[in-house]
Order: sequence, then C-alpha cells, then structure tokens
Amino acid sequence: MQRIGVFVCHCGSNIAATVDVEKVVELVRMEPGVVHAEDYQYMCSEAGQAKIQAAIREKGLTGVVVCSCSPRMHEATFRKAADRAGLNPYMVEIANIREHCSWIHKDREEATKKALILARAAIAKVNLNAPLKPGESRVTKRALVIGGGIAGIQTALDIADAGYEVDIVEKTPSIGGRMSQLDKTFPTLDCSACILTPKMVEANAHEKIHIYTYSEVEKVSGFVGDFTVDIRKKARSVDMDKCTGCGVCQEKCPSKKTPSEFNRGLNNRSAIYTPFAQAIPNVPVIDREACIKFQTGKCGLCAKVCQAGAIDYEQKDEIITQKYGAIVVATGFDVIKLDAYDEYAYSQSKDVITSLELERIMNAAGPTKGHLERLSDGRAPKEMVFIQCVGSRCADQRGKSYCSKICCMYTAKHAMLIRDKYPDVNVTVFYIDVRTPGKNFDEFYRRAVEEYGVNYIKGQVGKVMPQPDGRLLVQGADLLDNKQILIEADMVVLAAAIEPDPSVRGIATMLTASIDTNNFLTEAHPKLRPVESPTAGVFLSGVCQGPKDIPETVAQAGAAAVKAIGLLAKDKLTTNPCTAHSDELLCNGCSTCANVCPYGAITYEDRQVNDHGIREVRRLAVVNNALCQGCGACTVACPSGAMDLQGFSNRQIIAEVDAICR
Amino acid sequence: MQELINRAKELLADGTVVRVLGWKKGDMPYNPEPAFFESADALEDFVYDGFCGANLSKFMIEASGKEGRTLVFLKPCDTYSMNQLIKEHRVDREKTYIIGVGCTGKLSAEKIHALGIRAIEAVSGAEVGMFTGENEALAAEKTLTIQTLYGEKTCSYKDAMLERCHVCKGKEHKIFDEIIGASADTKDGDRFAQVEQIEAMSPAERFAFFQAELSKCIRCNACRNVCPACSCRKCVFDSNKFDSAQKANADSFEEKMFHIIRAFHVAGRCTDCGECSRVCPQGIPLHLFNRKFIKDIDDFYGEFQAGEDAETVGPLTSFTFDDVEPGVVERG
Amino acid sequence: MSIEAKEEFRPKIVAFCCNWCSYAGADLAGSSRLGYPADVKIIRVPCSCRVNPMFVLRAFEKGADGVILCGCHPGDCHYSTGNYYTRRRMALLFSMLDYIGVENGRTRVEWVSAAEGVKFSATMNEFVEKIRSLGENVRLEDLRCKN
Repeated sequence: MQRIGVFVCHCGSNIAATVDVEKVVELVRMEPGVVHAEDYQYMCSEAGQAKIQAAIREKGLTGVVVCSCSPRMHEATFRKAADRAGLNPYMVEIANIREHCSWIHKDREEATKKALILARAAIAKVNLNAPLKPGESRVTKRALVIGGGIAGIQTALDIADAGYEVDIVEKTPSIGGRMSQLDKTFPTLDCSACILTPKMVEANAHEKIHIYTYSEVEKVSGFVGDFTVDIRKKARSVDMDKCTGCGVCQEKCPSKKTPSEFNRGLNNRSAIYTPFAQAIPNVPVIDREACIKFQTGKCGLCAKVCQAGAIDYEQKDEIITQKYGAIVVATGFDVIKLDAYDEYAYSQSKDVITSLELERIMNAAGPTKGHLERLSDGRAPKEMVFIQCVGSRCADQRGKSYCSKICCMYTAKHAMLIRDKYPDVNVTVFYIDVRTPGKNFDEFYRRAVEEYGVNYIKGQVGKVMPQPDGRLLVQGADLLDNKQILIEADMVVLAAAIEPDPSVRGIATMLTASIDTNNFLTEAHPKLRPVESPTAGVFLSGVCQGPKDIPETVAQAGAAAVKAIGLLAKDKLTTNPCTAHSDELLCNGCSTCANVCPYGAITYEDRQVNDHGIREVRRLAVVNNALCQGCGACTVACPSGAMDLQGFSNRQIIAEVDAICR
Repeated sequence: MQELINRAKELLADGTVVRVLGWKKGDMPYNPEPAFFESADALEDFVYDGFCGANLSKFMIEASGKEGRTLVFLKPCDTYSMNQLIKEHRVDREKTYIIGVGCTGKLSAEKIHALGIRAIEAVSGAEVGMFTGENEALAAEKTLTIQTLYGEKTCSYKDAMLERCHVCKGKEHKIFDEIIGASADTKDGDRFAQVEQIEAMSPAERFAFFQAELSKCIRCNACRNVCPACSCRKCVFDSNKFDSAQKANADSFEEKMFHIIRAFHVAGRCTDCGECSRVCPQGIPLHLFNRKFIKDIDDFYGEFQAGEDAETVGPLTSFTFDDVEPGVVERG
Repeated sequence: MSIEAKEEFRPKIVAFCCNWCSYAGADLAGSSRLGYPADVKIIRVPCSCRVNPMFVLRAFEKGADGVILCGCHPGDCHYSTGNYYTRRRMALLFSMLDYIGVENGRTRVEWVSAAEGVKFSATMNEFVEKIRSLGENVRLEDLRCKN
C-alpha cells in the first residue's frame, strides 16, 4: 500500500469559491492509502511546493495527489517539486478540479462532491503507480530545414552560425521563396531582393549549410534527436558540378510556352530554366513535361550549346538518407485559388490581378519590366481599385476564417508606390478594417492616406463587371457614408488570402506533427511554446504556423533556430518513460500490436523464457522505448493483455473507472 | 478413410513427418476426438467420418513447439483457421504438412438427439468416401441409419448437419500440401439470417434474448479452449492485468463481459468455424456474437474473410481515412 | 430544495478524453466557463486508442449510465493514426452493445479538438440529457456492484 499525500489547491478563489476545499481534505483522509491531506492558497507557488516537499520528507509519502488546475498546466511543476524532495516524479497524479470542476459548476455542494470523486480517482490511480525512470537517447548534431524561403534561410543561418550542420530542402529549383517574388517591402519600402539575395548567398556559401534544391522530403522515421529522413533529389537533368550558369541553354531552348511559376504565370519561360536571375543555385533544371527532347526524343539543343557539357538527359532522381537531431518546418504559403470569387471577375479579365501578381508587374525583372500597365492591352491605368480581404476573414465556406495579416500593409505599400511613381493614377482601396499593429505600421498607412492621397473606402465590393471597352465597373458600398459606389477602373487588385503551402499536409503526416483545420501547423502551446510542434524535435518557422510578415517570420525563424540549437547542444535526451511494455509470459508473438504501432517501435525477437518452470524459446514483442511515444494503440490490439502502458496501465485506468462509478 | 491412413503411414515412413494430427475413435460412434499419432501402429485408432467436425488447426500451435514436422488433416473450412494462425505466427508452416481432406458436411450428435433419436449404438451412412466425384450432390440427400437401444431409426443427413455446414464457406482448401478426397459445398442457408432476425427485434427483446442465452453460461471455457482464434497463452480473464473476474455468476454482467470481449478479441480474426457453438455444453449460440462482428465488418469496411490467406491485414489493425463513425449504428 | 428535485435521476457518466485534443478541449470549456452537468467525470488517456473495450464495459458493470470517448478529429491525432483505430473499434463495440439490447445512446464517440471548448461543453450537455432521458442503466450493471 502506498503512503499518499493529497494536496488541495484553492487557486485563490478559482477553486475555493465553488469547491469546499476543507471538506475535500477532510473526506480524502478516509481514502485507502491516504496518510496526509492539506489545502493551500496556491499549491503551484514556491510556498505550496514547499508544503508538498515537506510532507514527502516528513511523512515518508510514496505517492502524491494534487487537486488543482489541469495537469496540462502544472503536472510538470509538481512532478519536479516531488523529484527535488526525493520522490519519483511519476508518483504524482493531478486531479483536475479547476477546469473540469470549479470553473464549470455553480452549485457548491455538487462541485465539492465532484471534486471529491475526481480526487478519489487520482488516489486510486496513484495506489497503482510505480516509479518510472526516463530512458536516454543520443542526439544527432545536424538539423534539417524544410523550405528554403526567408524563414528557412534565416533558421538555417542561425543554426549553422551556432556551429551545427544544417541541410535545407527546397522543392523548387532555387531557394528564396515568396520573398524573392516581392518588389518592395513595407514599412521601409526597401527592395526585397536587395535584402534577401545577400542572405541567399550567405546560406549558399556557409560551410555548415548544405542546400538541396529541387528536392523533397520523402520519408521520415525516428524521433527527437534521431530522425532518419529520405530526401528525394529530383533529376535536374543538368550536372550541378559542370554547369557554369551561363544561361545560353535557356536562350536557345525552343520550348518557351510554359507559364513562369516565378512570375505567377504572367509570362512564359523556357523548358530549361532557372526561376529568376538571382537563383541559388544558379543551375537550371529541365522541366521534362515541357521539354521537346523528353516528350518527342528530338531536339537536344541545350546539350549542343552547353560548352560545359552539363546537360544530362539520363539523370535520375536520387534518394539521400540522412540522420538529423532536429527538424524545422518552414514550408511557407501560397495565395488561395480564386475560383470561388468569380464576382471579382478574376477569371474573366486579365486586368483583375492578385497583389502578388502586382508585385511581379511592379518589379523591374517582371513581365512588364516594372512598368505599371494593363496586361490586356498594355495601356497605363488611370484608375485602380484594391479590394481587401478576398477570402480572408470569411464567414462562409468559400474562404478562410482567419485574417491573412499582411494584406493591409502591402496594399498600403502598393497604393503608395503607385501614387509616388504615377501621380496621375487614382487609387481606391475597399477595406473591412485596416489592421496595422506593428512597428511603424500605422504611420505607414497614414502616410498613404494623408501624403499620397489614397482613397480608402470602408466597405466591400459586390461585383466587378468587365465592360465592352475593357474597363472594369466596380460596384461597392461605402459603409461610412451609407451609399453605393460605382467606379470605372482600369485595373483591380485583389488582396487574396494566403494559405499554407499545400505540401505541408504530407510533411505534417510524415512528421506526425498536427495541423489545424486551416492546415497551419499547430504549436505545442499557443502562447508559451509558439515555435515548437507538439511532436518533439520538430520546430516551426514562418507562415507554416500562421500568417505573418517578413520581420515576424525572421524573428520566429530565429526563435525556431534557438530551440533547435538548444536541442542539438545536448548530448543525450531523456525519453518519456510512459511507454508500452510487453509481459513476456503473456505475449503470443502474434504481431497484432506491431501492425497498429505508428512508430515502428515494436519488433519481434526469439527469446528464452521461463514460464513457471517451462523453459522455451518464444517469439516475443519487444518495444523500443526510444521510439515508443506512448499512445497505447498496441495495448488494445493485444488480446492477452500482455502489452500495457506505463503511467496509464490497464489496472490504473480501471481503478479510475471504479472510483468514478463507486 | 483407409486412403488417409495409408498416406499418413507413407509420410511417417519416409520421414517427411514425425507425427500425425487427426481424429481418434471415441467411446461412442459419434464422438471421435482430436489426437496425435506418433507411429504407424497408433494409426489403427484413426478415424475420419461425418462426425469429425473438430477443427484441428489449433492443435498445431502445440505441434509447432515440438521437434519435427507434423501431418495435419484439414477440412476446407479448417484451412481458414490454419491461415490465420500462420499469419499470427502461432503455427510454423515449416513444421506443418497439410493434407486437405474431402468434406461433404459434418454431423452433430446434438442435432440427432434433438430429433428424438437417443441412446445411439451405431450409425451408418456417416462414412466418408462414398460421396466423391460426380456423386457429391447426393451428400445432402443421404439418409443416416441409426441403431439405438430402442431400435433402428433414420434421419436425413442434412437434418443432422452442424449449423456451420448449412452456411458452408465452400469446398476449396485455402492452404494444403496435398488433397485427398472430394468436397461438396453444403451451403443451403444465409449465415447472417439469424443475426438479421435479432437485429430486427426491439432492444428489449434483444436484451431478453441474450440475457436468456447467456444466463446459461457456466464459464466452463469450452468455447475459449476450442476456438482457434482464442489462442492466447494466457487469457486476459485468467490474468490480473484487467482485474477481471473469472467465475460464473448467472444473471449478472460477468458473462456478457466475457462473451462480448471474447468476440471482440477474435473480431477480424474469427473465420466463423463455428466450433464455439459446437462445443458449448449449454447450447448457447455463441457464433451469433462472432457473426454480428463479421457482418458489421463486411458492412462497414467491405467484405472480409479471415483466413482467406496468411497475409492480408485484418480490419481492426487497419483503417481508411473515411471510415464510418461509431455513431453510424442506428440504435432504437 | 424540493423533494422532487432530490429524487431527480443523476446519471454516472464516464468520459475518456485524449490528452492532446479533447482533454485540452475540456480545459478550454473550463477556462471559458462553459458549463455542463457535474455528472460527467473525465478520465485522461494519452490517446482515444488507449481506451480498451474492457474499460467501457467495466464502467457499465460498475454502474455507469453512459460512456463517452473523445479524441482528436480524424487526421489530427497527435499520434497520427490512433483515432482511426478507435473509430473502428468503437464502431464495432457499440454496434455489438446495441445488438445485445443496450439502450440507444449510452455510448458515444465524439471528436473534439483543443480549440473546441464550445463543442465539448455542448456535447456533454447533450449526452447527459440523452442519458437522463434513458434513465438508469439496468441492463449492463452488475448488481453485485451496487452498494
């Protein structure tokens, strides 16, 4: 029998106002195994923890039950306190009498009764607890960064600067990401390429960084500190060592009808291409779908013109298997498809564009060489309308419920730049709210309105109607003046919502990292652990976690790097001891458990057993405690009950059931 | 039958196998029992007739632990259990030599008793081997002639057949090294008919039905011991892992717990061999639990026959992303 | 308090909640002060797939009037696949309980995310209401366990 101490927390008045804590103390004293019970204002405080520690020492407690807030809040706190007093931390159980009791019940008598039952269940469980010892596993001192945008580049640089090897895996032919597509950045209006390109070069030149472009993560196994990752390096059809990046192949390539991904399909590229001039690596890839040689067997012009002999039509995908201690996801975002928003005539008129397309148009390296012009007829616009929140903050199923966060600012930027360069162009912005919470953000927006005369109208646009003369009739509402507005515009720019890059779903599945309903990766804690995934050893950088602008992305990238560095700096990790264990005398060796294990943690071995005097060799399930994450799927799959979960054993859970139903 | 004995002797003599797993004559004409035969001489007691319903697969677990290879005789339906046991690594295929034996339906002494024929002394017409080849179809039309203390009685073979033979899985052996004798598909009923009948009852009627049946349970564990899927070294009801009681207590929840859990543990693994019901001394239709699970599995996740092969992953160790929700069951 | 109110049937309800989603959802219901009847008592399990049918039957045997399992939404399991097994296991188990005549709605599985405090509370209110309408569990209870 255990010697159990029960500690009931008032949590100020959070618990005590609804639960009669003194009564709970009085009644739990009668429970089997309980040798000590007391209540205190704040158990989690220094003084509260001291009380627990004193009781452990003085009364020789072998088990502790804390009746307090959720174990998700303070289980770790109390376990550490017990550990410091010499009690195995896994001998501590929490009865959640705040979130699951005092906060949801009003009737004092009822809440007190329930608190007592929850305490009894925890006591019943502790009676069956056994001291658990965490295992140890080693840490591979190398990090993987998935995604080579500004988030991934910054994370990789920070980790590499701390002295650890980093690999970046980028699925497109070049690192740079979305930021490389931007023309200018808010709120300083400095050129995006001017601040990004040096970072790209630095990453490429860093001796600790290895960049795999045109590559994808294919398989992930293992666990924190010891991941094994298969990276598929897609066939580039160009030898990276031989290519000098002269660009002749791209000039001579006869297949030039493929929409340029980099320019958002506003112009075309060749079949052999580098996405943009500053691409890193500056080695083209052959798009085999578009290549005449690959499609018909004829052509081969690029090979003929390549002085370096770098073209290799026979090149095959290569699988690189590498071990990592930490993985940072930096998969970024894309703009949503606008199929569901046809009222804005995006599919009907070339002059209705997204903001990202406008970035390309404004960029000197873009499809119009930086001249603001209508894509339909090349005329300079005189009247431009910007529509905010297209698919963001959307109440219905068509769009996203969240705010894309960056649109208010980049629209102000666009409006300002246009008014600055083309003062004769009228700019109107339709908005729901203007959200400018950031350093110098509101000042920036006010400049757009006050200095540059951008016409902001609070209200939504109902419809954009292409006219026979090619202009666009915009019908909107001005909510402040309560009137309908009709504008004949030359161009309409849609601030389309952003969403996580579609590749994130597959990556999340491989990493067993959770994602929310919008496909953003979930943090381990929204406030206190914002750059960690709930899956140990996986960190989040940039928009894959939620919409954010460049400074925020860079800040988060640094934070993710620090978390990864903190992990890589350790030589060994302690593992969760709440893992599955197989009773070798009960195991049938039937493999049912291994079939349901998501971590491949169960293997089979022929082992000698002594079953009540019968010595024989049996096929037995063996759990790798470093791989096991403690879900318990195997325990239910096992018909004989050989497989059990430490910390949540069959008998412990049954004891809780019994205590609750008593 | 003699053909089987001769072949067994050959295999023993040439060293292919070191023992034979078959059926031995019982003390009555209708109760042969599973037995290991270690020598050619011992095979004198070997029998194979219409009363050899016992599925020998499970005994191969024991045989797999012994030295040398064992010859086992399996009827078509028994081979499903064998596949399942091989899949679960309980039987070592390398140590198994399987002769698929012909089967044209097996008999139930209980059924004969139930027809009012008691104190049986001898049965003719239950021999195997008369109905092979083109005569297969006649099997079900055959008549049994039974000598009893009260004189000679007759009944149709079909009426005396085991419940499971009326829902026969077919005449094909799913795993074998060789086949001796011809088999016939004796199916003349729908195996889910009874389950559907029960499903059509009101909850109160269903409860009353199972309460009445399960209250007969004496927890003798015959069902568990015979079941080829219930092959745990130690049953969870015999260990303290779940703090579960082992004794019978009529009219309480214990029996429901035992039988529901037993059925759940074999769900997706049960081949519907029907042995549980065959051996139940209280005549509880235990197969109705297993068939309910089989029917649900078929309905929810697509048709699945456990033991069809030794590789396919079972329905409870796999899933699809769009499986039905547990709320799918319309409950009244 | 009137006599009638005292005699009101108060069911015993066991709720198994997975640590990562539903237990957190219940915490959120708590911190958002979204009430539900005190009849519901939560047992924390690492994953809904940890819930053995034995636990469900045990609860009924010991006098529970309803058992509910809550886990992460399919696709969102912390252990990636746990709730898919739960879904199959419980679909079969509940169907079996129905088959042997256990009343409608004493068992339930609900997927509740950590962000769905509102859903957690609403689900529990609904479930308690259902069990109250069904009354005491007499079909599964082991009478020897009654005290």
